Amino acid sequence: MADHAFSPWKVETRTRASSAFGLVALAVVIAAAAAPLFVSRSVIQDLFFILTMLVLAQCWNLLAGYAGLVSVGQQAFVGFGAYTMFAVVILAGLDPIVGILLAGITASVLAIPVAFFAFRLQGAYFAIGTWVIAEVVRLLLAQWKALGGGTGTSLPSGATREMFGVGLVSDWLGVRPSQAADIVCYWLALVLACATIGFIYKLLRSKQGLGLAAVRDNREAARSVGVDPGWMKSVVYLAAALVTGIAGALIYVQKARISPDAAFSLTDWTAYVIFIVVIGGIGTIEGPIVGVIVFFILLNLLADYGSWYLLVLGLIGIIVMLFAPRGLWGLFADRTGIQLFPVRRILTGASSTTKGVPHG
Amino acid sequence: MPILALDNVSKSFGALKVADQVSFALEKGEALGVIGPNGAGKSTLFNLITGNLGVDGGTVTFDGADVTRQPPMVRCLAGIGRTFQIPQPFEKLTVFENLLVAAAFGSSRTEKDVSDRCADILVETGLIARANQTAGSLGLLQRKRLELARALATQPKVLLLDEIAGGLTEGECQELVDTIRSIHAAGVSIVWVEHILHALTSVVGRLLVLDFGKVIAMGKPDDIMASKSVRQIYLGIEV
Ligand SMILES: Nc1ncnc2c1ncn2[C@@H]1O[C@H](COP(=O)(O)OP(=O)(O)OP(=O)(O)O)[C@@H](O)[C@H]1O
Ligand SMILES: [Mg+2]
Repeated sequence: MADHAFSPWKVETRTRASSAFGLVALAVVIAAAAAPLFVSRSVIQDLFFILTMLVLAQCWNLLAGYAGLVSVGQQAFVGFGAYTMFAVVILAGLDPIVGILLAGITASVLAIPVAFFAFRLQGAYFAIGTWVIAEVVRLLLAQWKALGGGTGTSLPSGATREMFGVGLVSDWLGVRPSQAADIVCYWLALVLACATIGFIYKLLRSKQGLGLAAVRDNREAARSVGVDPGWMKSVVYLAAALVTGIAGALIYVQKARISPDAAFSLTDWTAYVIFIVVIGGIGTIEGPIVGVIVFFILLNLLADYGSWYLLVLGLIGIIVMLFAPRGLWGLFADRTGIQLFPVRRILTGASSTTKGVPHG
Repeated sequence: MPILALDNVSKSFGALKVADQVSFALEKGEALGVIGPNGAGKSTLFNLITGNLGVDGGTVTFDGADVTRQPPMVRCLAGIGRTFQIPQPFEKLTVFENLLVAAAFGSSRTEKDVSDRCADILVETGLIARANQTAGSLGLLQRKRLELARALATQPKVLLLDEIAGGLTEGECQELVDTIRSIHAAGVSIVWVEHILHALTSVVGRLLVLDFGKVIAMGKPDDIMASKSVRQIYLGIEV
């Protein structure tokens, strides 16, 4: 073999498509950051909705698509994070932004006992278990009279208007404080979405990401080569809870009104999220991005049809699952071989013997 | 001190005893062959050693430590490497990534630290041309090679090989024997389950015969093959 000080081998993950995409992504993020200068308040609110749903979808995709944890109880962390923020603002009189950060901590603390119980369950039982636990958390918080009990409560008037940065933005852009609060929330959502995608991509490219893929492909073999599936799943579950809790708190800073039924809504925070991931493509970072855009368009197209839209969403979800099990992005990637977030470790070397399909 | 020792290890699947008071010791640097008819419990024995299956009774000692209650991950880190009789590749990962994950986790190192060694193992096991192909696209023979390569990547002290020579041509079989010999020569202790006796006996110094989960004989290959009870079991199964 060749001299190891000058190793003939090289490992690459980047592809030409992904390098080009990096530049496009940067441009999109800059444009998104500048959006409040150009677009109306209602567009900012729509973008906020898209970004927060994207964060929830990325978290659920990390759980189900990479760690095989099909949770239908993520609303537990949305609601718990949101209530944490409300408690911080109403009971402690602190800034909502402090509440958002604390929400991440409390949600991951909640995730520890939840994981302790739910991880004993397999497959469908795990899914049902997470849902039952979310219901229990909702019922418990509905007892909290100081936060409005079962009917809920609102943030004190002024809490968001006096939120950190709002005054500055209001002066700077010459907009009313309530609009400035929306803009600050939007920027926070943008930062959260970028950080979430960045974190997940980094995780998947790390040794831990390789271990996750191994567990997904063959659990028994993964155990035999030194991977600890239980540990990997726990870490992913805690990380997803943390981000979901932060997203929940942020969503409710913008809504400014909370009730147990809304904050722990299975439809809003898990069913829609699953729909987004499934139509976009599970097990890819690109999938939820595509999915959330399609979801938003459908939501607007179907807005006038009342409760029919749930039925239509369900039908579309089923059709996609049947005919494109890997989602819209899967369809596209299979035809083009393009990957915007490549994780393949391609071995290249002085030896011309390494051939193969460098995906993307 | 033996590197691996089993003491009265037992396992049943319902009424079926697949390991019945199995005791033996593998010395450091030794190569041991395991033979026995189909269904004798050879693969099960491996699963009990690696922890993929839990024992009903008895102890497994590795490198001086009792690992009977340890999960497979811990035993792998301690230095037990294994192949699966029915290959269990990580299908959606590439061949190279299959080794990478085994090397990085199995020897607690970073990907960067192990990538050169993984590439070298791929050269050694003849898989380098397929490095960037998904493992799912491999045929059976290559999957078996991948089993060996991946087990090597974990840097085992003891390597458990489960029927990796089946289906090979005479030439390929000789190549495999050479590879296993050089692994053994590098200081790795080996337990090899194989039906192809001439390949097996050209590597191992001792044979263990298993039947209905029981160790019925253990010793030098020549003595074992001369023994009457072993011939009885093997008549009609292997020529
Ligand atoms: N998980 C299981 N549950 C129930 N029975 C099992 C299980 N695994 C193996 N067996 C049975 O245990 C017996 C021993 O199987 P094992 O695979 O250990 O045999 P083997 O000696 O490796 O055979 P072969 O030479 O065919 O590989 C067989 O009768 C098999 O059917
Ligand atoms: Mg077997």
